[in-house]
Amino acid sequence: MILVFVEIEGDAIKKSSQEALTYGADLASKTNDTCAAIGIGSADVLGDLGQYGAKSTFAVNGAGLDTFTPEGYSHAIHEVAHSNNANTIIVSGSYTGKSIAPKLAVKLNAALSTGVVAMVSTDAGFSVRKTCFSNKAFTRVSVNSEKKVISIVPNSYEVKAFDNHADVTVVSVDASSTIKTKSVSVDKVQGKIPLTEAELVVSAGRGLKGPENWGMIEELADVLGAATACSKPVSDMDWRPHSEHVGQTGITIKPNLYIAAGISGAIQHLAGVSSSKVICVINTDPEAPFFKAADYGIVGDAFDVIPKLIARAKELKAG
Amino acid sequence: MNILVCLSAVPDTTTKITFTDNDTKFNTDGVQFIINPYDELALTKALEITEANGGEVTVISVGEASIDPVIRKALAIGAHKAVRIDTAAKDGMHVAQSIKQAIEGQSYDLILTGRESIDYNGGQVAGLLSELMDMSLVNVVTSIEIDGSSVTAVRDIDGGRETVSASMPCVLSAQKELCEPRIPNMRGIMQARTKPLEVVAPSGDYTQTDYVGYELPPAKEGVKLIDAANAEELIDLLRSEKKLL
Ligand SMILES: Cc1cc2nc3c(=O)[nH]c(=O)nc-3n(C[C@H](O)[C@H](O)[C@H](O)COP(=O)(O)OP(=O)(O)OC[C@H]3O[C@@H](n4cnc5c(N)ncnc54)[C@H](O)[C@@H]3O)c2cc1C
Repeated sequence: MILVFVEIEGDAIKKSSQEALTYGADLASKTNDTCAAIGIGSADVLGDLGQYGAKSTFAVNGAGLDTFTPEGYSHAIHEVAHSNNANTIIVSGSYTGKSIAPKLAVKLNAALSTGVVAMVSTDAGFSVRKTCFSNKAFTRVSVNSEKKVISIVPNSYEVKAFDNHADVTVVSVDASSTIKTKSVSVDKVQGKIPLTEAELVVSAGRGLKGPENWGMIEELADVLGAATACSKPVSDMDWRPHSEHVGQTGITIKPNLYIAAGISGAIQHLAGVSSSKVICVINTDPEAPFFKAADYGIVGDAFDVIPKLIARAKELKAG
Repeated sequence: MNILVCLSAVPDTTTKITFTDNDTKFNTDGVQFIINPYDELALTKALEITEANGGEVTVISVGEASIDPVIRKALAIGAHKAVRIDTAAKDGMHVAQSIKQAIEGQSYDLILTGRESIDYNGGQVAGLLSELMDMSLVNVVTSIEIDGSSVTAVRDIDGGRETVSASMPCVLSAQKELCEPRIPNMRGIMQARTKPLEVVAPSGDYTQTDYVGYELPPAKEGVKLIDAANAEELIDLLRSEKKLL
């Protein structure tokens, strides 16, 4: 059995978990296996995950599982994996997934593959493709162990619609004796698209000259339904929050569209964004290195170009 | 307060990545190795914690003798002593198991790592160690505070932050913003020469994965330039050519 861990956000499962489920379902059909979903929470919220590829769902709850802890969740998932003889566990590379995947690998004595960006190949053994050198390259990793834990980079596997129906089995697990950490408070940025999950991203760099000029970046992001990002110096100078810093030492993203204004395209910046499907660069300097990595380029002043983009996007939106 | 900092030596961030042996090996020719930037944060934070609470910082790294200069730099920044496990790091499990075996019988209140290494980007070692050593885990943290026998840390979550209280001993992985990395001064560099750097033999091969080949991302076809005077065309092109927006 291939067991896919799904995360619940509000009353739906997260997009990155939908991707992981599609991945699990595709892997199951490739290896003649079955794909089951596992979520921590009530059967109602998990609902029928058949449309995402699951053949069945485990809804786990019990003492110690009210809030996320790496130890509690990994314990619960392992219990179900163990009693159902799962050979592979798939998680999305969200912050939650990153905290539990290594723990599950130790518990199951499984090989751990993180940063995976494509479907498993079974051509010569079992191997996965993952990013390395912070997106400057890819590597193929052969996985030499019967049990596997695989963590998929968000936005790297497309969600498909399936025609399955997945019955929910409620499982009760008492994780209380494993708990070593406690959530004190959660501070969520309201109404914003998390950068790692965003399909469209508008980003800006030092070329914007000061934090007071980000209004137009936010406005463009807003009309396009995009998330906002920035280069490292911009967050270092506190023009923008650190959570927006993308690049080799920031967040790695791979949206469908990355618009970069006033960013030179230093190698460390490119490392974090070069997997974006379409890259548009706006820069006054025709020699800016970013143009070499771009699909579309505008040699021009961001203060002149961005308002034009906003105006056109608004026009189209209004129909 | 005894703190262990796990250190990885990685190619300098400006390195142009190339491969040899028919794209099966990373080409280290002319590559400058540095302390993984996130590990540098972990080290600095460990020093800040021991300065405030007393105790010692030990750095540990899995790697061959070629990484000794990188370890010496950590000693110059202020670590009290260092251990090198004398084998090339193969994967996250290999590193975590090797560290576990090497520190058998010693006790650390905290183990700090970087949130990931910038070469293989596994982000595995903190989680693996916490499970192997039965320690608490707070992953990807931007703040660490010690209060008595527990730690309060702020960790990144999707779309926000969470404050977590954890029992000690605890494994934490450093994220940007945890602190400003320290730069070694002359005195530190002099002192580092005589600080202990113990080399221990590897205890076993714990790998379950094998890096069999590398490739560079496909090159872009070339940029399509749009005249700034008609910048709005970009929006239309994204729609018509790329089916976006
Ligand atoms: C260890 C290390 C790690 C690093 N990690 C990262 C990382 O993760 N992410 C990252 O981003 N950087 C990283 N960097 C920094 C990186 O090397 C660059 O310094 C940084 O990306 C530059 O940011 P920038 O492009 O915003 O600024 P600049 O390099 O100052 O470029 C500004 C650009 O704006 C253009 N410009 C100016 N005015 C306008 C205008 N009105 N309209 C349009 N364009 C304009 C200029 O032509 C220029 O190209 C790292 C560096 C080191 C040493």
